[in-house]
Amino acid sequence: MKELVIISGKGGTGKTSIVAAFAALAKNAVMADCDVDAADLHLVLEPKVMQTSDFTGGKKASVIAEKCIGCGKCQDMCRFNAIHLNGLGNDVVEKTYTVDPVSCEGCKVCVEFCPVDAIEFKDAVNGQWFISKTRFGPMVHARLGIAEENSGKLVTVIRKEAKKLAQQKKKDLLIVDGSPGIGCPVIASITGANLVLIVTEPTLSGIHDLQRVAQLTANFGIETLVCVNKADINPEITDRICDNTRKHGLKVIGRIPYDEAFTKAQIMKATLVEYTGGDITERIKAMWREVTSALG
Amino acid sequence: MKIAVASGKGGTGKTTIATNLAASISQTGQKVQYLDCDVEEPNGHIFLKPEVESSEDVTVGVPEVDRDKCTGCDKCGQLCQYSAITCVKGKVLVFEELCHSCGGCMAICPEGAIIEKQRKIGVAEFGNSNGMYFGHGRLNIGAIQTPALIRYVKQKALNDGVTILDVPPGTSCPVIEAVKASDFVLLVTEPTPFGLNDLELAVGMVRQLKLPFAVAINRSDIGDESVLEYCDEQNIEIILDVPNDRLIAEAYSQGIKIIDALPGYEEKFLELYCEINARLAVK
Repeated sequence: MKELVIISGKGGTGKTSIVAAFAALAKNAVMADCDVDAADLHLVLEPKVMQTSDFTGGKKASVIAEKCIGCGKCQDMCRFNAIHLNGLGNDVVEKTYTVDPVSCEGCKVCVEFCPVDAIEFKDAVNGQWFISKTRFGPMVHARLGIAEENSGKLVTVIRKEAKKLAQQKKKDLLIVDGSPGIGCPVIASITGANLVLIVTEPTLSGIHDLQRVAQLTANFGIETLVCVNKADINPEITDRICDNTRKHGLKVIGRIPYDEAFTKAQIMKATLVEYTGGDITERIKAMWREVTSALG
Repeated sequence: MKIAVASGKGGTGKTTIATNLAASISQTGQKVQYLDCDVEEPNGHIFLKPEVESSEDVTVGVPEVDRDKCTGCDKCGQLCQYSAITCVKGKVLVFEELCHSCGGCMAICPEGAIIEKQRKIGVAEFGNSNGMYFGHGRLNIGAIQTPALIRYVKQKALNDGVTILDVPPGTSCPVIEAVKASDFVLLVTEPTPFGLNDLELAVGMVRQLKLPFAVAINRSDIGDESVLEYCDEQNIEIILDVPNDRLIAEAYSQGIKIIDALPGYEEKFLELYCEINARLAVK
């Protein structure tokens, strides 16, 4: 089983639309949406959820107000400014300490050092993940709770479950929609993948972000392909991207002109290849052939 | 006053709006600072072309173990929640890249064998763009301490004047770090199904953080009506509307601000500033 991850560095380059089109073209694949911060792939693939599981990315501290003696040791030791003296009073003190769950990084230091064991350390449910059916095959996706962290860990869970599912269903390919940026969710998305496709755009911001994310995939030693979307917005920059990427040993497998079909297909909840049979579909099919040949 | 410009979805025009808003206010002679908190992929400098006056290495504390003192008791490994320190067969191993710098291992070590050393995660650069204060962070490739670098950049926020924070996309920890303690959040979206889905997530986040906010719609004439309907239903105000314009896209592609490329936009961004001010005054 091979694994293809589509990422972009910069957001809004059309990554998810291309993933959806690939899902339609792939004959025997499992899809995984690892852009857990802003998951959109389900809007086009319309998954029917078969199985829902809670995601616990870590634990969080919380002060038991009745036990707190207000000594402030927890606040002194917290490196994340997550502890404040604003809780209810009890028999001993007028105000007790509380933990702000948004700032708490679950390090357990306060729990460990509280002299009266007044701090609990409980599993935090950070979101849910789903195994679903789509018209193109199985899909694993997730919803991260509002203002939750641990998106990197959730990405790892999704990929692991998607791989398991692919093996069970005897699928030969896993197509992963990654997230923008170069931080932990991206690293969690690409570690150990067979092939990465970076979708970029011909803008100075696009070039800048492409260089950084391509360096990341190079550091991980993952074969990387590049696609320039909205290529006609600035043909000179498109040429520059093609030259630069070639110099760094990367292959540009597609130049896609700006096309309203990207938005229109989204509104129809259709993939690009379902929505339009025109030039865009041909270009995406050509890219798909390059991708499958690179996957071997 | 700190104004955060954020969006759930990437590529909706956060940086475009943040840089143009900052530059428009600055041109009226006010004290303005632009801080790019999208430290994984900072792009504001492309449009503001700052003269960098100081470049600072940003580090986080990670454990360094004195092997002569270490007895291999693994108290540090048992406490560490991030698998960044552990003892295997009495030998302590440190994985610096996984460390969250909580200080737990140092505090718990009974032998005092662990001290804190500094590990570089990126740089923060500060300078001047046409009379405006400029700052941004640039995370090292492979580093995961995005929030720590954002915290560093935000520490340099001015106490007076207007600070515009350019926030990374998404809704999780880096975003929360960037919008936290701001006075107002402008959520930038586009009127498409993806834009709406991610706007709903972003609205959930700012509501949880109890921050005042309003919406800006970019490329407002593409897509459908669903974002307008959603904002109407939820009583969310839309205070900026930028139409889809190929000239804007071309200027953007070359690193040119809208206010330098098209007439009428400086006024539009100043109106946006007035709209934000009016909402803060009411509060």
